[in-house]
Amino acid sequence: MAETTRRTLLAGMAALPMAACSEIADTGPAGDLFDAAEGLHRTMHRALAQRQALAREYAPEDRSPDIRGNGSISVDTPAYREQLSKGFPDWRLTVSGLVDNPISLSLDDLRALPQRTQITRHDCVEGWSAIAEWTGPQLSALLDKAGLREEAKFIVFRCADTLYGRAYYESVDMVDAYHPQTIIAHQLNGKPLPEKNGAPLRMRIERQLGYKHAKYLTAIEAVTSFDDIHGGKGGFWEDVGDYQWYAGI
Amino acid sequence: MKRHALTTRLWHWINALAFVVLFMSGLNISNAHRYLYWGEYGYDPADAWLTVIRFPAWATIPQRYDLAEARDWHNTFAWIFAVGLLVMWITSLINRHFWRDIATGPRDWTFAAWREAIAMHLGSGIEDDSRYNSLQRIAYGVVLGLLLPMMIFTGLAISPGFEPAAPWLVDALGGRQSARSLHFITAWTLFVFAAGHIALAMAPGQRRQRKAMITGTLGEETPRYG
Repeated sequence: MAETTRRTLLAGMAALPMAACSEIADTGPAGDLFDAAEGLHRTMHRALAQRQALAREYAPEDRSPDIRGNGSISVDTPAYREQLSKGFPDWRLTVSGLVDNPISLSLDDLRALPQRTQITRHDCVEGWSAIAEWTGPQLSALLDKAGLREEAKFIVFRCADTLYGRAYYESVDMVDAYHPQTIIAHQLNGKPLPEKNGAPLRMRIERQLGYKHAKYLTAIEAVTSFDDIHGGKGGFWEDVGDYQWYAGI
Repeated sequence: MKRHALTTRLWHWINALAFVVLFMSGLNISNAHRYLYWGEYGYDPADAWLTVIRFPAWATIPQRYDLAEARDWHNTFAWIFAVGLLVMWITSLINRHFWRDIATGPRDWTFAAWREAIAMHLGSGIEDDSRYNSLQRIAYGVVLGLLLPMMIFTGLAISPGFEPAAPWLVDALGGRQSARSLHFITAWTLFVFAAGHIALAMAPGQRRQRKAMITGTLGEETPRYG
């Protein structure tokens, strides 16, 4: 695992300037400046904190009374409603794309993997924060299990929910994908995730703002670029609202 | 005679531009969640210590509610603001602008000095415009040394990607939501300072000072001191 991790990390790092350059080519002068600043933030954050530096973890008594549901707070399809009422017996999470062995996991399969529990703070881009305990396997374990290929540069998260009639999705680079606190959470404060917080599975990417933490997770896909995925900017809010792809600030 | 170094003047106007963009884009960002909290978390308006007004579009950058674009302006100009302040401080320490013009001595903290400064501004006292008076030194010292750096530190503390590099900073500010509240309070304190600063600079007797801020010299009049 260590060898794959190191190689994929290096590949992820190498992809950063390339991604920044292609973005600059796509946009106007103000866009160029904004993208340059966004790239500078990401570079500085990773230079100042080690790439694997942890987000703050809290004590159980520091948790907030609730964690607000925001953005999509439900999935309005008969299939989801049926799964929700039965406890998601048939929910599958697939890992595909640039991997040697695509896999499909049930919730039981995910619960059988080594688990990480972390009490962290969720910071919404709008400005509010909430603290909660999240439990689930690390994304790195799934990527290693599926045999991530070296040419993979980004991990895309596919979701069951739609907003404004469009499918929700998100993505991160390999630095965040292999971060120890990047987990696929199935529990919130020791109980199965409630619907408003993304039941049955959601991402936790603790060093980035809330819109990166994709809810109602159905698939994980390893890719080299976002060009052929929805609007091509690497995420729902990035496509719809021109939000910053790097959400660490 | 020379009043302000080129670097001082450049920084002043670059900083003024950055402040305007940061302040107006900040009002747009504020509209996204108009509630301020103390401590580490806060999401329920019922727990807010302050409900902020919704700022009208004419006061914000861009001039419609657009959180993503406002954040682009804000985070980009934050670099100009922060790097500018750092360069200005280093330069001021090297060229002695800080020691000569900003640093205060015991006399600057006396009522007599403040009375003299006010009298000077009203045009009835000793006119020594070759150096800052006590009130100017104190005000500029607080702004340069406290309020402007505070904007940067509270801004960094709100960033989830920066926090792992300096968790002590978030602790020192009392938690993430406290840092956000302090960011807001300091921004408005600077707004009040800027409004007063502009009003005083636009006062009729300040023509020479305005010229000095733009051209760097006090003009042809013979200074009485210095």
